[in-house]
Amino acid sequence: MSVCVEFSGVSKSFVPGQPVLDNISLQLPAGVTTALVGASGCGKTTLLQLVNAVLQPEAGEVRVFGKAIPEDLVAHRRSIGYSVQGAGLFPHLNNRDNVLLLAQLEGWDAQAMASRYADLLEQMGLDDSVSERYPHELSGGQQQRIGLCRALMLRPKLLLLDEPFSAIDPITRFSIYEQFQNVQQETGVSTLLVTHDIREAVRLASHLVILREGSIEQSAATAEVLEQPASSYVATLLENQL
Amino acid sequence: MKIRRIIGHALRYLLLCATAVSSAGAAAGSADDRIVVASKNFNESYLLGEISARALEAAGFSVERRFGLGGTLICYEALVNGEVDLYVEYTGTLSQAILNTPSAVTIEQLNALLAEQNLQLLAAFGFNNTYAMAVRREQAQALGLRSIADIADHPELNVVVSHEFLERGDGWPGLARTYGLTSAVSGIEHGLAYQALDDGVIDITDAYSTDGELKRYDLRVLTDDLGYFPQYLAAPLVRDDLPRRAKTVLRSLAGTIGDEEMQRLNAAVVFDGRSFADVANEYLSEQGLVAHGEVSDLLWSSLLANTLQHLKLTGIALIGAVLLGVGASLLVFRTPLAARALTYFCGLLQTVPSIALLALMIPLFGIGMLPAIIALFLYSLLPILRNTITALTTIDPTLIRVAVAMGLKDSEQLRLVYLPLALPGMFAGIRTAAVISIGTATLAAFIGAGGLGDPIVTGLALNDVNLILQGALPAAGLAVITELVFEGLEKLLLPGHLRRTD
Repeated sequence: MSVCVEFSGVSKSFVPGQPVLDNISLQLPAGVTTALVGASGCGKTTLLQLVNAVLQPEAGEVRVFGKAIPEDLVAHRRSIGYSVQGAGLFPHLNNRDNVLLLAQLEGWDAQAMASRYADLLEQMGLDDSVSERYPHELSGGQQQRIGLCRALMLRPKLLLLDEPFSAIDPITRFSIYEQFQNVQQETGVSTLLVTHDIREAVRLASHLVILREGSIEQSAATAEVLEQPASSYVATLLENQL
Repeated sequence: MKIRRIIGHALRYLLLCATAVSSAGAAAGSADDRIVVASKNFNESYLLGEISARALEAAGFSVERRFGLGGTLICYEALVNGEVDLYVEYTGTLSQAILNTPSAVTIEQLNALLAEQNLQLLAAFGFNNTYAMAVRREQAQALGLRSIADIADHPELNVVVSHEFLERGDGWPGLARTYGLTSAVSGIEHGLAYQALDDGVIDITDAYSTDGELKRYDLRVLTDDLGYFPQYLAAPLVRDDLPRRAKTVLRSLAGTIGDEEMQRLNAAVVFDGRSFADVANEYLSEQGLVAHGEVSDLLWSSLLANTLQHLKLTGIALIGAVLLGVGASLLVFRTPLAARALTYFCGLLQTVPSIALLALMIPLFGIGMLPAIIALFLYSLLPILRNTITALTTIDPTLIRVAVAMGLKDSEQLRLVYLPLALPGMFAGIRTAAVISIGTATLAAFIGAGGLGDPIVTGLALNDVNLILQGALPAAGLAVITELVFEGLEKLLLPGHLRRTD
């Protein structure tokens, strides 16, 4: 198995003596979607933020595609797509400028930007009428699609998604699932999806990491987790939610 | 560490700029041979300033007027610092308030003390503007009142004096002791005393011996035979380095204005509504000192000049405050402690009464535009700083996290995220600062910076509502226009959903 992200002995705490992550070691498969699942406060978002170095571990090491996190954090972060719940679009930029922001900073030429932008809109099922409008003029689902377009603009090999689908109505959510899965399979972008929704995790991810209070309960292929829950905690979680 | 270095550089740079500006100002001041004539902000001081200025102009000097400065100390400091070359001062004020040497009363004694400061008091104009006891002329004649001592013979007279005079040790208590007066006495607002005297409600009150009212209400001043009241002889107080010929011109005015004459001149301005220039001109031509020239009152051109000066003062101060306020906010907003310290410091500046802040500027920056601009700049800082810091620290933290996680550099975060999102709050602060500055700048006239405060200060000295309105109305207009301009700017720069809704 080729690995996209590797944690070895990683610990992190915000309050001394109360680790949010306690000696985590994990290898996550490249080219597929991995879901990080757990209750609120289990450390899944913290784990995600260690990958793009928004947070630094106290102990241990994070490696991305086999390499330690480089000095140049800006370049590192730009090589990784990022999208959050509520999309986090900049309210003062129209939707197109939100998507194009990084490409402009990277100095892409206009034509390359335009064609990449058009492709992304199509993949996410949006039409050009959203471009000139501001984020607040779109529905929650449309905002989230724009957010995904922005995360994918620079063709990252790794995508970090922090509960991007949880605040969207079910009907819209399923159509976004489909669009996202298509893009993921087409590009083979390695994706880490943080979610508290087991159903969503099972549906989108081929690998599951179940976290509980800063430790890993189970990390395995989705099918394996379903068939052989590693602990009673995992079994109960599956039973209650599926 | 990096931030501290940047702040250090910024402060050094600012200091450098301030020094450059002030030395440029000083250089400009000494470049030409203009004589700067100042006055305090009351009627008689304006008149004597104008008389001195016109006499010098008639002798071929070029004169710059800095009239209506806010009080004795401002005038004196300005003179000592060489910001002005002369103003008319009173001997009593010099010995009591400035030199703190009550024993020095004659011009010779005062000059001995003033020499240290390289100042010189020239010969007095003649009149003595001191406290006086005033009665209606016909009553004085009927009762044979001539001297203050005569009051003792008429305890039935209703003596009502100003509150200050009633309380001051060198006022009524000392007077009563000196002359053995036993009359019952009560206090009244000074502004009402003359009218009450004229209406016969009261019989005797305190006055200043050159008040125009004495002439207008036909009052008699009782003589101070025992010399109780200190002498307040008015004389030009000049710098030693004033050209000898200019001193000669001013000396030619010595002894030409007696008490009655000064009352008449004051009344001509206060009651006949004539301009200082007009009255001064008439007086000088009567004395044969100046050919009767024409005096023009160009309301509109002075209005325009005052308004432009006002805009210049507030504009420069505001631009400086925006640059420093926004810059400092950007430096400190990530460090809550520094942000709070800076905001408190600026808040502290705000609590200094504006007139006091202006006065504090004088020893540092002299008088005129520079100290006024610096004071306005300090006042503008707080609203800009506070609003900008608040705007920067209340940005949705998700957006900040996204900006970092996306890979925006620090500078890009500031330029592309923080600044545009803080813009509405910054605008609100700048707008408030602009309106406050326009209001406060009217006080700048007290330290000779001109602007729309000029007619207000003069109007206050003359109790002339028309003149006050000539400054107050345009200032109010400017404030409204400023609001409108900022509203327009906001519309232009901010997308609708980010504008403030209040």
